[in-house]
Amino acid sequence: MTSDSRLEKILSRGDFAVTSECGPPRGADPEVIQKKGALIKDSVDAINVTDNQTSVVRMSSFSSCVILKQMGINPVLQMVTRDRNRIAIQSDILGAAALGINNILCLSGDHQKFGDHGKAKNVYDLDSIHLIQTVKQMRDEGKFLGGDDIKGKPRFFIGAAANPFADPFEFRVVRLAKKVAAGAQFIQTQCIYNLDRFKQWMQLVRDRGLHEKVHILGGVTPMKSLGMANYMKKMVPGMDVPDNLIARLKGVPKEKQADEGIKISVETIQQLREIKGVHGVHIMAIEWEEMVPGITQEAGLLPRPKVE
Amino acid sequence: MIIGKGKPIKNILAMIENCSKIIVAGCRGCVTVCSAGGEKEVGILSAALSLARETDGKPIEIKEVTLERQCDPEYLETIRSFVDEYEAVVSIACGAGVQFMAEKFRKIPMYPGIDTNFIGVTETQGVWTERCQACGDCKLHITGGICPISRCAKSLLNGPCGGSSKGKCEVNPEVDCGWQLIYDRLKELGKLDQLEIIIPINDWSTGRDGGPRKIIREDLTL
Ligand code: SF4
Ligand code: SF4
Repeated sequence: MTSDSRLEKILSRGDFAVTSECGPPRGADPEVIQKKGALIKDSVDAINVTDNQTSVVRMSSFSSCVILKQMGINPVLQMVTRDRNRIAIQSDILGAAALGINNILCLSGDHQKFGDHGKAKNVYDLDSIHLIQTVKQMRDEGKFLGGDDIKGKPRFFIGAAANPFADPFEFRVVRLAKKVAAGAQFIQTQCIYNLDRFKQWMQLVRDRGLHEKVHILGGVTPMKSLGMANYMKKMVPGMDVPDNLIARLKGVPKEKQADEGIKISVETIQQLREIKGVHGVHIMAIEWEEMVPGITQEAGLLPRPKVE
Repeated sequence: MIIGKGKPIKNILAMIENCSKIIVAGCRGCVTVCSAGGEKEVGILSAALSLARETDGKPIEIKEVTLERQCDPEYLETIRSFVDEYEAVVSIACGAGVQFMAEKFRKIPMYPGIDTNFIGVTETQGVWTERCQACGDCKLHITGGICPISRCAKSLLNGPCGGSSKGKCEVNPEVDCGWQLIYDRLKELGKLDQLEIIIPINDWSTGRDGGPRKIIREDLTL
């Protein structure tokens, strides 16, 4: 075991893992994150906290993770390289480890132009692959990037993201291979709506033997409405929403679309479970956390296994 | 070359509000090529400023000059004899030119008449795009001749990020994804295997992060 992470324990003993995520509030009220955590606590093995997702300022992932941790939840600290240089990053890694956070998801982050501070300067001292290398070096070699020894190594289960639906398609698996070579132990993918393309990608993943080196968790986001599906299809770069899914949502009355969205998610999870090399699912119910217990129940993922 | 773009007239008018006698100084270097600060633009800007001031009832005297370059001391000397007779200079050279003028002529203020934008190329007539951010440690040999620092919105060294879609950058659908370009180019060259290599954490100290930079060539110094 490289860490004390509950998620790492579950994945390494071969159980199908379930993670989810919470977006922190745009304010200082801890109750928001506590409520979200309480809603999904028993339905999942670990909960990610996003790091100023889409470059909109929110409560820090770090502090939200601590709040979840206090509730007995195993948090996954998301960290983007957009806002911090290597000095701040290493400092936060030590701080997070000291407070008992033991999962980290290494990301480059959305460009600041998407958020509410488009005039900001971005950092990108490191990219996401460099961040993986950094955590691994600190954990395994006990050394800072500058070369000095760390007294008290931070022990993390290291994760990264993969988007099988972004371009160029053939390069996507190469990029995954680079993340694995850098030290990623688990991968959470972009939301999967196009299962055919995902299966194609998984084939390439298996061809390179990557499924044996890293735990892949398929990303699932339930559609709340036809409007949301159309928005995701047209407005979110790197998102692949096939026409047949749009047609399926269109085919039910407006007030039934949310139910249909949930049904689609449950079916997706069931299909993902059948794909060789997929070791779990990552359910991102955006501002709809209350649906996670139902989805996991329907998909037959409950109860979650115990870890001592 | 260095690409720039004229500032809005009203901004320049605000800078010279209290002046009655100014020089508008162009440069025959890069800014002439990108039509931002050459002799022609000196004429156009001077005419526009004169007209605006006349309309305002506050006419202004403008001397038009265009230097060979504003970034070399010998060319600056060509205006030394009369510079101090004026109340300000509006320089439409790049930021380096404006600053060098300010360093050499201490008595009157220098105002920037253009915004200096980037190091780039003339893609087609009237269209300029960025190519280099002067990182001080060129990596073009490993990225198929396409610069990840200037052409990826996040300067990713192991891109593309998850926002790359149909060849375009997540930041702007009008802008090519730098990493798609790198991929395509390495594919053309039959060198896709190069993408398997992790480009290590960068040393930014050779760029602006190391502080203002200086090059001394001993073989050339006097
Ligand atoms: S790698 Fe550096 S020097 Fe080379 S083109 Fe890019 S920014 Fe300029
Ligand atoms: S889409 Fe391409 S150019 Fe834009 S930030 Fe991502 S990798 Fe860089």
